[in-house]
Amino acid sequence: MSATTLPTATPTRRNPLRDTRIVLVRELAPVARDPFSLLFGLVQPLVFLGLFGPLLAGSAGEALGGDVWLWFVPAVLAMTTLFGTSVTGSNLQLDISSGVHERMLVTPLSRSAQLVGRALKEMVPVVAQSVVVLLVMLPFGLRPDPLGAALTLAQLAVLGVGVGSLSYALALVVRKQEWMFWVVQQTVLFPVMLLSGMLLPLENGPAWMRAASAVNPLRYVVDSGRAAFAGDIASTAIAWGWLAAMATAAVGLAVGVRSMLRSAE
Amino acid sequence: MIRTNVLTKDFVVSRTRTVHAVRGISLDIQPGELVAVLGPNGAGKTTTLRMLTTLVPPTSGTATVAGYDVVSDPARVRAAIGYVGQGGAGGASQVVRDELVTQGEIYGLDRRAARTRAGELLEALDLTEQADRKVESLSGGQKRRLDVAVGLVHEPSLLFLDEPSTGLDPHNRANLWEHVLRMRSAAAEPRTIVLTTHYLDEADTFAERVVVVDHGQVIADDTADALKADLAGDLVSLRTAGGDAAALAALAERAAGTRAVQVGPPGPDGGRAVEVRTADGPGAAPGLLRAADAAGLAVTRVDVARPTLDDVFLALTGRSLRETAVQGADSPADTTDTTTKEVLA
Repeated sequence: MSATTLPTATPTRRNPLRDTRIVLVRELAPVARDPFSLLFGLVQPLVFLGLFGPLLAGSAGEALGGDVWLWFVPAVLAMTTLFGTSVTGSNLQLDISSGVHERMLVTPLSRSAQLVGRALKEMVPVVAQSVVVLLVMLPFGLRPDPLGAALTLAQLAVLGVGVGSLSYALALVVRKQEWMFWVVQQTVLFPVMLLSGMLLPLENGPAWMRAASAVNPLRYVVDSGRAAFAGDIASTAIAWGWLAAMATAAVGLAVGVRSMLRSAE
Repeated sequence: MIRTNVLTKDFVVSRTRTVHAVRGISLDIQPGELVAVLGPNGAGKTTTLRMLTTLVPPTSGTATVAGYDVVSDPARVRAAIGYVGQGGAGGASQVVRDELVTQGEIYGLDRRAARTRAGELLEALDLTEQADRKVESLSGGQKRRLDVAVGLVHEPSLLFLDEPSTGLDPHNRANLWEHVLRMRSAAAEPRTIVLTTHYLDEADTFAERVVVVDHGQVIADDTADALKADLAGDLVSLRTAGGDAAALAALAERAAGTRAVQVGPPGPDGGRAVEVRTADGPGAAPGLLRAADAAGLAVTRVDVARPTLDDVFLALTGRSLRETAVQGADSPADTTDTTTKEVLA
């Protein structure tokens, strides 16, 4: 009844790149079909830009050395990345409870690819949302260094892969108590955000806060974005930012793949 | 096609409690068989299926599926089998056709071949009109047909269906079965189908072999007809005036082939039904009537009922499957307590 010929003996060796592409394409399909769904993720950063930005300009404008937007917009982009990718595990939760995840686990699709493909997909909303934020801010006087802005977007995409992987790992680990996902996500999210110096400079904070922020990878990404937007491309802050983003991605992918391999029981 | 040897699965729930979901299942399923695994909720049906489909490793015992060991060679098992789980296979925000194309690619088809195959399956499962819609917009019956289509993309010679028709109305159940059976006979080589169900009529009507599972063990394994004849028997119901019921029951007890006799409660006219469980109802009824006549007992009505699989389950366990199906949700499986205090329902 089938016009197509099927491989009689399926090779046991799978091509991990092909598997990752299959997962990635499948994950991107709903986004590609309905790109406006990405706008939901922009409400929050735009509120911060609209309602917090002016306050910042009024109260700390001088301390920040002139252009508040060059200081604040990179932070808002990091915030958008953090918020958007840290909730992505809930998509996997949906697939776990619906049966889609189980369907995939019974196929020969590589399990690592099932995590990596999903994580790589996170780059698309991160970059798309960041571009929209930049375009929205241009009329308000934002003038970032173009190369710096491009580098920052790339760095945030890498960070998004890491945070997204961790979010997927969390969804897999707490799959038997789904509500735990939001408890952990919310508990981690705000300290990480505040200890990154996103909203207010950490230089004026107590010593313990500065110490805590030193181990927060997001802090380095935020600092890197600020240096890059200001055109300070040769700054060591940018190198640290890349290191932090890549370390987050490496740890995230490792933890995520590990969780995926154990996700059937 | 499937061979299991004393397969067991324990789930450690807490330090003091272990659930023995499957307690030594040995099965031998030949190519081309259509087997229903029947049992109440929590009997171990789904856990068994999850072991056979490589989703969970067995605690002990071995299982060979499609020629490969589920523990040492899960990748080959996965490549060979099709699986329709209890949940849905289609992502809510995915397009119906895309899900089938993705599944084809997963099994090694290139994009063009996968699209062709998706088109064939959409047609075969009556989903052509829904092909370009999102999965979330499908009705329950359409979703289930999509699940079956996803499970069949790579033409597996062995298809597992875990409670395929649960939650569907009778019309959609019949429709789903029609499709499953047609896809089975349309296959080039005999396709083996293993399904779990707690619908008695489903196992009765469609399965060629019924494996009855209870408390993690196989308690019966045969064709539905053989199970019914061997384990339950037919029911001959003789209606008589209230006063004659006891004498008629005593007479029926002595008749050849009788397994059990029960006297029903009096009806509005005072008459009672004497229910005789016997190997061959249609054959026993004339003899019972002649004997009653000779003894001067008036029988006003005769009914011969063939047994159902529920009668089989009742005969095997002393419980009705219909009741346990409801209760079972609360007391899923046999458990061992290492503490003596803990008492489980």
